[in-house]
Amino acid sequence: MTDAALAQLSDRLFLATVLLYALAMLAFAAEQAARRSSRVADATAAGLSVRSAAAARTRAMAGGATTTLEAPAQPQLAEPRRRSSRAGAVGLLLTGVGVVVHVGSVVARGLAADRTPWGNMYEFSSMVALIAVSIFLVLVATGRVDRGLGAFVMLPAVLYLGLAGTVLYTAAGPLVPALDSYWIKIHVFAAILASGAFLLSGVVALLYLLRVRHDAQVAAGGAPGFPVSLGASLPAARVLDRVSYAVIAFAFPVWTFAIIAGAIWAEAAWGRYWGWDPKETWSFITWVLYAGYLHARATAGWKGTKAAWIGVAAAVALVIDYYVVNIFVVGLHSYG
Amino acid sequence: MTLTTDTATGDAAGELPGDEATRLSTAPPPPPRGSVVAPVRRAWRSLVSMRTALLLLFLLALASVPGSFLPQRNLNPVEVQAWSTDHPTLAPLLDRLSLFDVFASPWFAAVYLLLFVSLIGCLSSRLRLHARALRTPPPDVPRVLARLPSHERWTSSQDANAVLADARRSLRRSRWRVVTRELPDGGSGLSAEKGYLRETGNLLFHVSLVLLLVGVAMGGLFGFKGTVLVKEGDGFANTILAYDDISPGRQFDADRLVPFSFALDEFQGTYDDDGKALTFLARLRFSDSSAEPTTPYDLRVNHPLEVGGAKTYLLGHGYAPKVVVTDVEGNRLEQTVVCLPQGATFLSTCVIKVPDAAGEQLSFEGVFTPTTVQDPETGRVTSVYPAPENPALTVLGYRGDLGLDSGVPQSVYQLEDRSRLEPIGDGATPVMLTEGQTWELPGGGSLTFVETTEWATFQVTQDPGKLVALVAGTGMVVGLCLSLFVRRRRLWLRVVPAGGRTADGRTVIEVAGLARTAPEAFEAEFAQLVERLRPTPARTPQEDLA
Repeated sequence: MTDAALAQLSDRLFLATVLLYALAMLAFAAEQAARRSSRVADATAAGLSVRSAAAARTRAMAGGATTTLEAPAQPQLAEPRRRSSRAGAVGLLLTGVGVVVHVGSVVARGLAADRTPWGNMYEFSSMVALIAVSIFLVLVATGRVDRGLGAFVMLPAVLYLGLAGTVLYTAAGPLVPALDSYWIKIHVFAAILASGAFLLSGVVALLYLLRVRHDAQVAAGGAPGFPVSLGASLPAARVLDRVSYAVIAFAFPVWTFAIIAGAIWAEAAWGRYWGWDPKETWSFITWVLYAGYLHARATAGWKGTKAAWIGVAAAVALVIDYYVVNIFVVGLHSYG
Repeated sequence: MTLTTDTATGDAAGELPGDEATRLSTAPPPPPRGSVVAPVRRAWRSLVSMRTALLLLFLLALASVPGSFLPQRNLNPVEVQAWSTDHPTLAPLLDRLSLFDVFASPWFAAVYLLLFVSLIGCLSSRLRLHARALRTPPPDVPRVLARLPSHERWTSSQDANAVLADARRSLRRSRWRVVTRELPDGGSGLSAEKGYLRETGNLLFHVSLVLLLVGVAMGGLFGFKGTVLVKEGDGFANTILAYDDISPGRQFDADRLVPFSFALDEFQGTYDDDGKALTFLARLRFSDSSAEPTTPYDLRVNHPLEVGGAKTYLLGHGYAPKVVVTDVEGNRLEQTVVCLPQGATFLSTCVIKVPDAAGEQLSFEGVFTPTTVQDPETGRVTSVYPAPENPALTVLGYRGDLGLDSGVPQSVYQLEDRSRLEPIGDGATPVMLTEGQTWELPGGGSLTFVETTEWATFQVTQDPGKLVALVAGTGMVVGLCLSLFVRRRRLWLRVVPAGGRTADGRTVIEVAGLARTAPEAFEAEFAQLVERLRPTPARTPQEDLA
């Protein structure tokens, strides 16, 4: 296959990935909706069966022991449940296929340009989304988190990829000389791995905050309005907090390594291992904020929502580190 | 600063029994009250408290922000100058606040030094406590094991001593630290602990941070950085005077400059069809003394030349057209003119000064264009590609005193004193010369554009703290992984009752475990441990005491 054909294949697979992820998101959302309605149905049915049981008891007392209970509302309940679990499974399947197609898009890119396929912002963003979605799949597969989180994770992934594919799109091509080093494999991949995990943790931290607010409003006897009402279909706050932490605990050493590998590369390329280049500065800020998160989580008075907000702030710093610095600030890392 | 510790996940905290044995944290105990030095101690304690450390961390992040949005002197002094010109009222104020030197500013230093003092203060006590913990055997068996989160109980036909010996061997094999205990109620038991590496890693990470600061400081004090522009065919010997620009560390001594020299034979840049740079290559010959450089070296981006602790990097490049000027008496004056690139297509500004011309001094000013395109209507020349595909030198000429004798130093890149310069010709129409072409100057003399050569800029650095920083960085990553992924956990085993026998003559064994971090993961491990410790895994319900 020619390079041009490979590049075109990569672009088509990218588009297919976005579509698959979007469909997966819809499937997850359908499951959520079904679960919500079945919860409502559950509540109604529970009320009904209590009443019918009471009626039966009355009748039994009145007319002898032969009276059987009226059939409870089981058939009506079972239908949406089964459909919803099917929708969730389809969502997982679509996500899995999406990840495979996504990998195909990245590989085709690499073959077309004959280099490591993370040399510009478009490719970097594509990889970050791939990592985030893959980590989500691993979390679901290992039973650490319910797939009900799917819709909330896939929505930002689809938006992120959509932006990457339109605003940041760069045709397959060679690298600038400064990037021509084996360190691009090591430093940039570590940065991608950590970024994907960090962004995922940021989404989960936001969902945690939503869930906490929802729980607080319900506990106060209120009926939460949109978007806080979405909290009802999220996993328990404890679970979200733990998942967010686990993902950051994984990503933080990787990010530290990425910065150190970058320093080693900078020493070879620019003659100093650290120079407070804007990208270095924001990587440092991101690192400090995540260090703050890890410490906050172990400090009384900072656990829970405060720590989660730090996690969100750190994810924002990461986004600034990559997008704002690359697009608006001139520095040594400005490769477009 | 209180370091991230065993309680990092924090979920299980608070629900655990307050038994001394089950306390996993090694955080320092509160100091005694009512001491004479109480206020000092209180100030010190609040400095080393986690709250202060957290605030300092956030302050450090916040303090870095202006350094990325305002131009910084250490990165780009020219841009600072330009910014100051654009904002004449704001700039002096910002400058007084060191906002153009954020990372060298006193307030930035104050934040990180306080943070490090807080860190060291906490580290010293944590190191002592951990050293003690490493020497202390695992704590006594708690009286009521059933209160612990993971708990299991079964009976065995083996006698108590055999059960204990088996359990001890099995735990030792999987690297638990095990102590046999005689219990107050006359029974016997085991205390076991594992995961000391968590705190070891935690301490390694924070000690490495301090080491990193030492490495950075060493570079800042004893390091050296200098840049030099070398034309093709020229050379460089490593002495302070040979540099165009130097930034030595505060304690740097010129004697520490590594002796070496190099000559630039050729510079090559290759570009793709859009003019995007593909490769840069400087062909050098070097020598590790001031002797004639002979060893060839291809210096490329990412591949610096290293000679005895000094590293030479390729920093930038540009064009240097070679010209010959003849004066009114016919003297040939040859020059290689360094032109400064103005953009991606390498349209470069050039100034040629010929102070030694007989009669009046000559000077020229114009542009060098590597791939020249001339607008047929306006006559304007531009460059469309960075490589020298169609090089041209387009200049205006002047006669007259350049003002070089005034004693005021002049830039070689600019005609600074134009007061006595008279234009040659009409002074408005530049003359374009391609390689080999000559401009016969009205009034005598000529300018010939002989050929295109290139120049390159090199940076030479010496950083004695580099290795220290690398070791520190490695320590940080290793320490982090240990402190985040190793779990500290304890296990207790008790054989009851006294004598170790139930009424039907079986030994009753009770096991309990505790992990502060990731209790879910420990549950699985605990189940496996119990599985291993039981002599026969399958039990009939009747035999089960629970």
